[in-house]
Amino acid sequence: MKNLLEANFKMDYPGFNLDVELTLPAKGVTVVFGPSGSGKTTLLRCLSGLERAPSGTLKLAGQVWQDDGIFIPIHQRKVGLVFQESRLFPHLSIQQNLLYGYQRTQSVERNLHLDEVVEVLGLAALLKRTPDKLSGGEKQRVAIGRALLTSPKLLLMDEPLASLDMQRKAEIIPFIKRIEDEFKTPIIYVTHSVDEVLQLVDTMVILQAGKVANFGPVQEVFSDVRLRQVLGEEQLGAVLETSVAGHDEEFELTRLDFMGQTLNVPKQNIPVGQNLRVHIHSKDVSLSTAPPAGVTSVLNILQAKVAKIGTLGGYSVDIELDAGQPILATITRKSLANLNLKPGQPVYAHIKAIKMIH
Amino acid sequence: MDLPLIDLQPIWLSLQLAGVTVLILLVWATPLAWWLAHTRSRFRVVVEAVVALPLVLPPTVLGFYMLILLGPHGWVGGPVQALTGSALSFSFAGLVFASCLYSLPFVVQPLHSAFESVGKVPMETAQSLGASRLDAFFSVISPLARRGYLTAIVLGFAHTLGEFGVVLMVGGNIPGKTKVISIEIYDRVEVLEYTQAHILSAGLLLFSFLVLVMVYSINRRLPVQVT
Repeated sequence: MKNLLEANFKMDYPGFNLDVELTLPAKGVTVVFGPSGSGKTTLLRCLSGLERAPSGTLKLAGQVWQDDGIFIPIHQRKVGLVFQESRLFPHLSIQQNLLYGYQRTQSVERNLHLDEVVEVLGLAALLKRTPDKLSGGEKQRVAIGRALLTSPKLLLMDEPLASLDMQRKAEIIPFIKRIEDEFKTPIIYVTHSVDEVLQLVDTMVILQAGKVANFGPVQEVFSDVRLRQVLGEEQLGAVLETSVAGHDEEFELTRLDFMGQTLNVPKQNIPVGQNLRVHIHSKDVSLSTAPPAGVTSVLNILQAKVAKIGTLGGYSVDIELDAGQPILATITRKSLANLNLKPGQPVYAHIKAIKMIH
Repeated sequence: MDLPLIDLQPIWLSLQLAGVTVLILLVWATPLAWWLAHTRSRFRVVVEAVVALPLVLPPTVLGFYMLILLGPHGWVGGPVQALTGSALSFSFAGLVFASCLYSLPFVVQPLHSAFESVGKVPMETAQSLGASRLDAFFSVISPLARRGYLTAIVLGFAHTLGEFGVVLMVGGNIPGKTKVISIEIYDRVEVLEYTQAHILSAGLLLFSFLVLVMVYSINRRLPVQVT
């Protein structure tokens, strides 16, 4: 029995339809991304059982949740739900909120307990309080803890950080990461802002107008040139997995190993050998067909091959490069003509900026 | 001057009637109010109108149809007579039945608006945490709607206590069985015993006033925060 989430939903409403077919690994963090109105929340409601798609199938690790004539109601599915608003019960204390689902979970199925969750999410000081005495970030942590205490087989999060400011977001993200590390609960995370989850995401699903535009491992999906439409110019770029190769004390740099090539970034306080995920915006990558003659101020130059040339139109074009993992570059159409690039051609990618994700 | 003798039986009967009526109403008005608050059915407006009818109909109209319905040849009274040997008209049970319709809007409407303001989210949230609908209703929805319940109980009770027309039509005027306060007052006035009428009327007036003060102060003091 494979550990997969297989979802297939069809919904036809006037002005909106959802037609989704997905097979995802039931582990790690899957981010469902798309502009508003693309059907993210509807998909999540169908996965949770809050909504019943007129036609659809849903299986988690071989267990059928929906099929012709079969529909397991939400309270028997063992899904955890976390929304943008915490949805805590105002008439219960924090501890009672946390235990609400726990008490309704059969003891043999409980694999998480109050103490662990309180510890991981840092809730000890809040237990006796009531929800109206908590900050937005605290409420969200309680909501996550409450969902976890049902020992869910799947944790569904719908824009859980959208109502929080940058600081609160930064405060919660490590907790979500720990959930995944320590409790091994697969998470499906819906958002319209990829930035906040780059460090979490393993698998990415891109929804557009109710359909899956692309899905797969983040490194692959993120370099999809079609992302420009949904992601916008600013965020477009590849996400790379690197590992720390060494530190250069004299120049205060850290060397990252990327598929046998080296990237230099400002010195990071990370031990050698540890993985580091980086985001390279496509607008920060320029190309040349020959190695730079003489000395250049650009420190990071990667050898790659042209994999795919995006659709032409306007003054710029997105080029997908293969450097072991995909990299994206946005260059002008004029440069494309000057360089006379063809798929398969070796090029040098000059990288002007690298964003570390941690 | 002798203190006029007050017959306590009508008072006791009124309290019993109001109590039983409110209990029955709570049981069947709750699902009705929940349905009204959440359904998208086009029959909702029809049901809402039917529930509100007792507010606008003259009690004699309601009482007249009740009398027919509960009488020995009525849809309800007939079968009951076949089973028990006596129809529902002119009996305490018949009064309870009629009161349950007469006071329905006073119980349904506060519950309806309470459920509406609680919204769908708490129910969905509780279900996602493993609660069945019934469990979620008792553990989350009803505590959040407690203000609505208090208002419904108090208004339903007070309104049943004050009914006259329907009771007179359906129950008649049988001492110890169907003679409630409002009818006793009418009787006293008819025989020109104004003192007794005064005592009973003033008592009912004061009681109703206190009840309403209670409802309004409870509504102020029990804010239901929905986050």
